[in-house]
Amino acid sequence: MPELELGGNTYEVDEDGFLQQLDKWNPQFAQDYAPLEGIDGELTEDHWKLINYIRDYYEEYGIAPMIRKLCKDCKFKLKYIYEMFPSGPAKGACKLAGLSKPTGCV
Amino acid sequence: MSSELPPELADSPKPKELMAIDYRPPQQPWMETPVNFKPGNYCFPTKAKNLRVLDMPNPREWAPEEEDWKLPENWMEIIREGMKDRLDKYRSFKLFMDICVRCGACADKCHFFLGSGDPKNMPVLRAELLRSVYRGEFTKAGKILGKLAGARKLTIDVIKEWFYYFYQCTECRRCSVFCPYGIDTAEITMMGRELLHLLGLGINWAMEPVANCFRTGNHLGILPNGFKDALDFFAEDAEEITGVKIDVPINKKGAEILFVVPSGDYFGDPGTYTCTGYIMLFHELGLDYTWSTYASEGGNFGLFTSHEMIKRLNAKIYAEAKRLGVKWILGGECGHMWRVVNQYMDTMNGPADFLEEPVSPITGTKFENANSTKMVHIMEFTADLIRHNKLRLDPSRNDNRIVTFHDSCNPARAMGILEEPRYVIKNVCNNFYEMPENTIREQTFCCGGGAGLGTDENMDTRLRGGLPRGNAVRYVQEKHGVNSLACMCAIDRATLITVCDYWARGVEVTGIHEMVANALIMRGEKDRQTDLRGEPLPGKEDEEDV
Repeated sequence: MPELELGGNTYEVDEDGFLQQLDKWNPQFAQDYAPLEGIDGELTEDHWKLINYIRDYYEEYGIAPMIRKLCKDCKFKLKYIYEMFPSGPAKGACKLAGLSKPTGCV
Repeated sequence: MSSELPPELADSPKPKELMAIDYRPPQQPWMETPVNFKPGNYCFPTKAKNLRVLDMPNPREWAPEEEDWKLPENWMEIIREGMKDRLDKYRSFKLFMDICVRCGACADKCHFFLGSGDPKNMPVLRAELLRSVYRGEFTKAGKILGKLAGARKLTIDVIKEWFYYFYQCTECRRCSVFCPYGIDTAEITMMGRELLHLLGLGINWAMEPVANCFRTGNHLGILPNGFKDALDFFAEDAEEITGVKIDVPINKKGAEILFVVPSGDYFGDPGTYTCTGYIMLFHELGLDYTWSTYASEGGNFGLFTSHEMIKRLNAKIYAEAKRLGVKWILGGECGHMWRVVNQYMDTMNGPADFLEEPVSPITGTKFENANSTKMVHIMEFTADLIRHNKLRLDPSRNDNRIVTFHDSCNPARAMGILEEPRYVIKNVCNNFYEMPENTIREQTFCCGGGAGLGTDENMDTRLRGGLPRGNAVRYVQEKHGVNSLACMCAIDRATLITVCDYWARGVEVTGIHEMVANALIMRGEKDRQTDLRGEPLPGKEDEEDV
């Protein structure tokens, strides 16, 4: 399993860089990971709004939220989410939120 | 549509570079040409945790690019035994190993060959990778004459070659259409993959869905509360657009019909719009039906794994139909589900004699073709509704779409459902153009991401495999101004977005029931302003701006 060193901590990640031990997630992980996802500087309030929404949804439902639902509930346009997370909601925001990648017909 | 390539394509070569395909085979004989694993041309291996869920052999960490694949010590014996078992068990396998005369009719019919020029992606040669070992191990001529009889020895390099090429086949069966013997090349790939699984060699994009299906009932791993949350969300969305309050029955015992869709439909866009379309249509009909949180997956990634796995996953749908006491089953816009239902279900889990012959409660039509499986395709169901004038439709609501139709491989070739989707599309939209005839119907070209290959790490392979389909879309885009590619398969709805972004930029992918629901005039609906995607309906653009 590849390991990723971020801010002095070591995390197990998969080949795509998604965190493998979900309980190892902490806000510092998201902040330290941000530059690798093409996000400069401190994560903004809107970044955190989205990350926290995803984590709360995951907590309740055991999976990432649908993109349509995420946009509606957070009141973000998809285009704005791509501006915040250049790899997009599934591969960027979910990665920083410490979730794994959904697989199947998606 | 943004002019920039989406992020997953950012590192890919430009289409012009990718199209510079060298069709000249390498100088050295094919048996001596080793495979070269490099980023972009293979899929990541199955994670050990997923193999453990499924109780499959040899869970471990390994990587295709590394020399040591950490195979069991007796790997050769395992493969020999595995092959022998299957030759005894499946007459089709034995037949397909014996009868090919290498005429080459299939050679240039594969999208992966056309897009890569790699001769081992000619279906005939891809099958030879397995046949050569069969000859060497199981035929007298091969044992005595070796290479002269087209036989070769089983080595680690052969196993690596199998892994490489059997995961560069989407089991689409276009080649089989042209085979004078009717060899089902997908079944050869399936056998190759079954054998590889005996050694713990598989890909995660196929096996995580299978493992999830065992844990939660669907490929995506969605739990019952998430399933309900998604459907409730669609109902709310539909109500905002139409003003009609929609009930979504889940796990309703005694309902007449069980409805099953691929989980991508209630998770990923644009399938979610088609999913919204289903519930709007059923509400309008007042259909006595139910969704199920247990049979929450129409797709069956077992088809990309092994016969045993197909059977185990398919059985869930019928077990749930029995538990709920429904009369028959209606299936959504799914692709390979229909290959399983039409060609394997009856032998593996049938007969479903506890169910009744499907009859449309709205039109009284008997679906005699579904007599053995008791499962009807939604496109048959909806086409029948339209034929009997049971739907009020306003196709002009889809006037912003200039549509072409991609026949999904399995519904087209494994089921022959060719007219119904066209009939439905022509009734719900006014602008429809066909792609060239050698790229549609039975001859349809694959999206390049089926059979578990729809992931990102093999993007080079996917884009190459998507070239013939993308090229045909590009043709009608340039000729007729086509801006929408309709399809009825969740893998298509996910992977054709990438194919279009790359090969026919500006063409959007849509499901068919999304368009049906846009056109559907519902009782008590308000003056609709937008389509299901929230975009202004044609003619309503100005009102939206005010």
